[in-house]
Amino acid sequence: MKALIETIVTPLVDYPEDISVAVNEEEHKVVYHLTVNSDDVGKVIGKNGRIAKAIRTVVYAAGSDTKKRIYLDIM
Amino acid sequence: MRQVTASGQTVEEAVQSALKQLNTSEDQVKIDIIDEGKKGFLGLFGSKAVVKVSLAENQLQRATKYLTNITDQLGVAAQIDVKVNDNEMIFELSGEKIAILIGKRGQTLNALQYLLHLVVNRKSDKYYTVIVDAEGYRARRQGTLENLANRLADKAISTKREVSLEPMPSFERKIIHTTLQDHNEISTYSHGVEPNRHVVIKP
Repeated sequence: MKALIETIVTPLVDYPEDISVAVNEEEHKVVYHLTVNSDDVGKVIGKNGRIAKAIRTVVYAAGSDTKKRIYLDIM
Repeated sequence: MRQVTASGQTVEEAVQSALKQLNTSEDQVKIDIIDEGKKGFLGLFGSKAVVKVSLAENQLQRATKYLTNITDQLGVAAQIDVKVNDNEMIFELSGEKIAILIGKRGQTLNALQYLLHLVVNRKSDKYYTVIVDAEGYRARRQGTLENLANRLADKAISTKREVSLEPMPSFERKIIHTTLQDHNEISTYSHGVEPNRHVVIKP
């Protein structure tokens, strides 16, 4: 899952080396925390969060067969 | 993206030298001329031409690789067929677990299409429209939307009230508008801001 998030985000940003994904697993949910270079924030959020929404949609689709609920935090 | 800086007596010579180093041909690269060079007196006092040649990764290759990486990691062994028209790229996905890639009302497919569109057109001179389709989903969806449009148009007429549809991406709204454009008793318009923009049918 972590690899998937990195795969999606890497081609969208200018500083791929600054991408990091932290995982925080709780009882009923898994929270992935995505951080990128501060210059790239707009590129992963987009106008009205349009890019962020698209990234989440794909990530949640990947988590559809796991039992725990998945969340993706950006920044 | 790989790039080399090369010099030569003329711009043409410098470019050829760079192409040789990159082992490619002129139509695959982007050429920036840094110095055109000057012919000096009897070959003295002249400066050499300097060019920077970048090997641009083909937009199509980049897009296909991106889509393949994502589908692989979603655990869907999808086959991807690519068609390119003038300024349109169509990616046709097929495979067994394709339903995961489509999602509810095509939302995953639309998200993939949007991300792919960003990757294709980022830092590129040529603009492409990107369409991602899976097992003929777009055609089926068009039929569904046309039926929906006609049904809700009747509802708007019989109730004499505006009917709002759920939010849809622009190309789906277009299908609704196009279906109802020759309808005499109603008109259609879009309301709201992306991603919540939706069609309203007005009697």
